Amino acid sequence: MPKVKIDGFEVEVPEGTTILNAARQIGGDIVPPAMCYYSTLKGSGGKCRTCLVKVTKGSEKDPRPMPKLVASCQTQIMDGMEVANITSDEVQNARKGVVEFLLLNHPLDCPICDQAGECHLQDLSFEHGMANTRYEFERRTFEKIDIGAYIKLHMTRCILCYRCVYTAQQLTPERVHGVVGRGDHAEISTFIEKAIDNEFSGNVIDVCPVGALTDRTFRFKSRVWFLNPMDAHRDCPTCSGKAVVWMYGHEIFRVTARKDQFGEVKDFICNTCRFETKKTSDWTVEGPRAIDRQSVIAQNHYTADVSTVR
Amino acid sequence: MGRKLLLENAHIEGIHTYEVYRKHGGYRSVEKALKTMSPDAIVEEVKKSGLRGRGGAGFPTGMKWSFLAKPEGVPRYLLCNADESEPGTFKDRFLMEKIPHLLIEGMIVSSFALGANTSYIYIRGEYSWVVFILEKAIAEAYAKGWLGKNILGTGYDLDLYVNPGAGAYICGEETALIESLEGKRGNPRVKPPFPAVKGLWQAPTVVNNVETIAAVVPIINEGGEEYAKIGIGRSTGTKLISAGGNINKPGVYEIDLGLPMEEFLYSDEWCGGIKNGKRLKACVPGGSSVPILPHFLVCKTATGEDRLMSYESLSDGGFATGSMLGSGGFIVYDEDQCIVRNTWNFTRFYHHESCGQCSPCREGTGWMEKVLWRLENGQGKLSDIDLLVDVAKKIEGNTICPLGDAAAWPVAAAIRHFREEFEWHVNEPKACMERNYGLVKEPVAVV
Repeated sequence: MPKVKIDGFEVEVPEGTTILNAARQIGGDIVPPAMCYYSTLKGSGGKCRTCLVKVTKGSEKDPRPMPKLVASCQTQIMDGMEVANITSDEVQNARKGVVEFLLLNHPLDCPICDQAGECHLQDLSFEHGMANTRYEFERRTFEKIDIGAYIKLHMTRCILCYRCVYTAQQLTPERVHGVVGRGDHAEISTFIEKAIDNEFSGNVIDVCPVGALTDRTFRFKSRVWFLNPMDAHRDCPTCSGKAVVWMYGHEIFRVTARKDQFGEVKDFICNTCRFETKKTSDWTVEGPRAIDRQSVIAQNHYTADVSTVR
Repeated sequence: MGRKLLLENAHIEGIHTYEVYRKHGGYRSVEKALKTMSPDAIVEEVKKSGLRGRGGAGFPTGMKWSFLAKPEGVPRYLLCNADESEPGTFKDRFLMEKIPHLLIEGMIVSSFALGANTSYIYIRGEYSWVVFILEKAIAEAYAKGWLGKNILGTGYDLDLYVNPGAGAYICGEETALIESLEGKRGNPRVKPPFPAVKGLWQAPTVVNNVETIAAVVPIINEGGEEYAKIGIGRSTGTKLISAGGNINKPGVYEIDLGLPMEEFLYSDEWCGGIKNGKRLKACVPGGSSVPILPHFLVCKTATGEDRLMSYESLSDGGFATGSMLGSGGFIVYDEDQCIVRNTWNFTRFYHHESCGQCSPCREGTGWMEKVLWRLENGQGKLSDIDLLVDVAKKIEGNTICPLGDAAAWPVAAAIRHFREEFEWHVNEPKACMERNYGLVKEPVAVV
């Protein structure tokens, strides 16, 4: 199997693995952040550019470095490849730039956003962003849209990662695309509003890295860090029934799918489980769920040294 | 005057019709190629000619053709990129309007060389009338047996279609063009895989510019070696230049590559000098996305050599003191033109045309446009200039397709060469407003 060295750590991975997935096998802080790549969604990735890395050695056969930074979620490894992520200033600078671009039109309304506390963009800007903005113009805004009875689309917060588009597309085969407009005036729009009519449509909320798609049955009910995530399951005729219930005392406030350490859902759950089954008696609670990702809800994250925070 | 290979017969009355075109030696190359040459021999001939892509990047066409994957049982496609939307470039339109049969002839020969049985001309939506010209010409070619089944009795079949786009600049990027042709949203694909392996409908595909395909006709007629004699160094053959801006004779010119820039710009044979007897201020030699050249670098390179109209000479000195031949959109600015305003206008275009996939290009182009608008209207700050440089640097190279680079280069180059003018806009807003707009006495509010 080809060997690849990422920031000095060597790992052996099967042919055709991407740099990002190889880095994920090593783990730790050398894993590039990914805002648009989602391993279970076909065609996702390559868009947000937060996972840019520098290939300092192309391969054993052709040791030339790659001329530009490459998207690690799309670039396949070669035998003997050497990649620099956190050890390259160029990569760190580019990533800082990308975070700045992502936040450019983002409303930064975290205090009233339901995603706050489990938001990938929040984590990303905490780690790579600047304390202030250099953007001095009016930000792009959109009207909020209801996608059916359960989902609210707030385009203003969207970073156009296309994950929900791929989810909706891969759940409902007839649908083709859900982005209208071009450039920074592009929006996830009416096509989705009309076309998302599927028992699994609620999963677009889970794949959204920001608070653009939120659960209407949970909106403004509670901050996520006040809730206790519990692994739970139920006998569901439609889906696997494996979920996480977010409890306050004995009350279930919301239900989500189980996310792994990279914030990705492996078992999608159905709308009945997610939106309509909120009685404690419906679920068999297995025990507390460990949230691995760095964020407000990850335990002890902020007990680390904060003196470096500027 | 140099030899004309493409536009030789362009002035002849009725050359757009089949009869006149055929009478002036049209479709000779198809007869020669299909009857006497093998596909590999044609590719070899194009390689020998040294022909380089005329759409902007200048990649050797013969090499591109030889990269085409040829798996068994999978169709191959040739796409003609007629989505010419670069500000300042209008050469393909002229070619297709005047001599549509030349493009069709080139398409037949090229498709035969690549083994494609279905080929498409993807044309820009705004060229709506050209679609009719091309379709009429294609119908004539079908009627005369140059297209369709069993061409010239050689057993080679080719169907040629014209497909108008919906008017997006981004669809001129080859993978976005393929997506658009497949009926999807024109978003560039992540490469690799390259179109030569997985292109249109996941089949091997070659995408070439109109002028590149048209240039195949003289190469086959006269031989690759003969074609390679024209030009200089690795820039062989002739190139169509769409000259515009403040010159006496704007228009489409066919030049031998290697023509001195000074001759092209000032000789009466070509552009005829700067209009109204004014002085040259700057020149964009290859369409809006290439770096701008200040007057002292237009006719001479930084090392003092004569600047020639060739791929190498124009990029001499890198981006610090050079530019690119690009697609040949030659824009000339006289002393009265405002570089800040021009840069803002270019950036406005890229902001409008960014597809919105990659965050740096989607957000960065809009940001640059707003900052430039502010500078142009006397509301800018000196720090804005460095901000623009920084934003341009963060976009460049960090996107899927070259549109991000194309948006960043003109801004970076304008500031590199004309920083004083940007600073003047900040320090003397009234004076610059008076120069640019005449009547406006007070700086207008930022919209």
